[in-house]
Amino acid sequence: MPLMPVKFTLQKRVKLAQGLWMLYWVSVIVGILIFSLGIFFKVELRKRSEMMDNNESHLVPNLLILVGLLTCGFNAFGGKVCHDSLDPMKYTKWKPMLKQYFMAGLGFNVVLLVVALLCFLMQFSVYLTLADGLKYSIRFYKDTDTPGRCFMKRTLDMTQIEFRCCGNNNFRDWFEVQWISNRYLDMSNDEVKDRVLSNVEGKYLMDSVPFSCCNPGSPRPCIQHHLTNSSAHYDYDLRIEELNIWTRGCREALFSYFSYMMNSIGALVLFTILLESTDMAGLKYLTTSLEAMADPENPECESEGWLLEKSVKETVAEALGKVKALVKPNQVQEGEEGAAPAT
Amino acid sequence: MCIVPVHTESAEAVRLAQGLWLLSWLAVMCGAFVFSLGVYLKIELLRRAEVMENTEIHVVPNILLLVGLASMGTNWMASRVCQDSMDMSRFPRWKVLLLAWFAVAALLCCLLVAVVVLSYALQGRLEESLKIGLRNGIRFYKDTDVPGRCFQKETIDRLQIEFRCCGNNNYKDWFEVQWVSNRYLDLTSKDVKDRIRSNVDGRFLLDGVPFSCCNPASPRPCLQYQLTDNHAHFNYEYQTEELNLYARGCRQALTDYYMGLMNSTGPGVLSVILIQISVIVSLRYLQTAVEGAMALENPEDESVGYLLEKGLKETFEELKAKVLDMVKLAQVDPTTSEVSPEAQEAEKGDNATKTPSPPPAS
Repeated sequence: MPLMPVKFTLQKRVKLAQGLWMLYWVSVIVGILIFSLGIFFKVELRKRSEMMDNNESHLVPNLLILVGLLTCGFNAFGGKVCHDSLDPMKYTKWKPMLKQYFMAGLGFNVVLLVVALLCFLMQFSVYLTLADGLKYSIRFYKDTDTPGRCFMKRTLDMTQIEFRCCGNNNFRDWFEVQWISNRYLDMSNDEVKDRVLSNVEGKYLMDSVPFSCCNPGSPRPCIQHHLTNSSAHYDYDLRIEELNIWTRGCREALFSYFSYMMNSIGALVLFTILLESTDMAGLKYLTTSLEAMADPENPECESEGWLLEKSVKETVAEALGKVKALVKPNQVQEGEEGAAPAT
Repeated sequence: MCIVPVHTESAEAVRLAQGLWLLSWLAVMCGAFVFSLGVYLKIELLRRAEVMENTEIHVVPNILLLVGLASMGTNWMASRVCQDSMDMSRFPRWKVLLLAWFAVAALLCCLLVAVVVLSYALQGRLEESLKIGLRNGIRFYKDTDVPGRCFQKETIDRLQIEFRCCGNNNYKDWFEVQWVSNRYLDLTSKDVKDRIRSNVDGRFLLDGVPFSCCNPASPRPCLQYQLTDNHAHFNYEYQTEELNLYARGCRQALTDYYMGLMNSTGPGVLSVILIQISVIVSLRYLQTAVEGAMALENPEDESVGYLLEKGLKETFEELKAKVLDMVKLAQVDPTTSEVSPEAQEAEKGDNATKTPSPPPAS
């Protein structure tokens, strides 16, 4: 008893082939979209790699690029089969490949599911990488004379300006590191010496932040230094001052940016799975209705198309049987002779 | 005498019509491109409208918008003419419109050339407008509590950050205005009172700049205040310090940006002009070829397509005569009925004329 049989006249077959051809080309475009989104994601990760201590995992964008290309190829092939399906001469050369095509399609859908899951789950990894990377970035902010780190200051400043954030969790992260290089500190000055001696590691710590933390939307000129001292500035109360510097931390800002990107890409991949399944179902109907034609010479005849030859249960049992046969070749002969008359 | 006659057989005419149909659709795309160029330029100018004093420069994107739309319409009409040109029954209805079409298309080409010229010519006016706009912006930087000017600070800060510039001509423009609002000045402090009394207008002037002038590429943390005092900062010499603040003035930065935008659209606009001219020329050939073929009894025969019926000089003379006639007709209207029979008599050489009237000069 076939699963979900549908009767097809010539008109219906032609319409199915045409509609399916359009759908396959839409899927090719979606594949191109996934490919370009993968490239975009890769470029963005590269751009921010200094913030992540060059430790970020490129697994997801690489997979997306691969999957995008595979989708294009797969669906282009499907489109070609559809296009040739109504011409019996051309169709015969595709017929033997169809079984493998459907198996490959099934496997491909599983791969797409895995990629979608990765898109949603790898966000945790991005979060952790960002937390670590930003910590190092803030620590190496002052090392503009150390080869390999001399652009950290510029990158971090530009990131804070662009993403409107300050520090790792918030602006107080800047109070815990020395972000002014010793080259610009007058070591003979008493005040400087006091500060350096006031902590165990001999760091010049201040309650100040770099200029890139400043919020242009503040009505007053930016207050960068002596942030915890309300009396250092006229009409300034640190507890209620909100607009002076950015209150958000860069980890949160960058994470929400990447998380938005990864969520949208994951949603697109899920949509692709749906599209692919629809494509395969349509192609299955088309191919089975063409094969079931009682009189191949007369295209006007009606035929029946179905999704599965037997019901789901029987198909799964048959598939399991085949897998067992592959696994246990010694017991195959007796099993086959017994199974053949039964089916 | 024809100018550049082209012998067209029926098949050639069909090819010409097909080619012209494709070309006119390409010209429609070009019209859409010009329109979108105008939209983009207009949006960019409007975004920075707060630092521009007048809107004279807007004439460039306005013309681009107009020309883009008009060119899409005219070239679409050209494609319709092409489609109908192969059908003898439908072509005659376009006859009247074609002359107007040529005039409009020529006008569009002239406007596009004018746009290219204007985009260079208006550079001086743009700089003037930016100079005044930025001067006001810097002056009103501190007025974050005055309605209508409260976003001036944010605008100038974002502008300086985005365009990597400081002040109008350079960072010293900030030394000449009070950019810290009185609300945040402790007027009881001696330091503040000294500064205010030190100048005629009673302004709190600093040798400092806002944070948005800071250059992130500087190896040292940004120095904003006491910029002209070498001793205020360790290892600092303001005469040789280059990387601390942005060196460029915002007027220069914005002018360069807009000139760059308009220059980069120059080649695009020029190629659109070339395509439009080729559409005009091809349509003229098609029109004359089809009209010639319609005049022939056997449409399969060869007909000649041309650009101008007579030579350039003769056509010009004819045109001049027509225009003069039209002008004269307007002037000499009441006496036209008396003038023409007299002219005929004068031509015939008769000597009896009752009313002396000067023979019309032709």
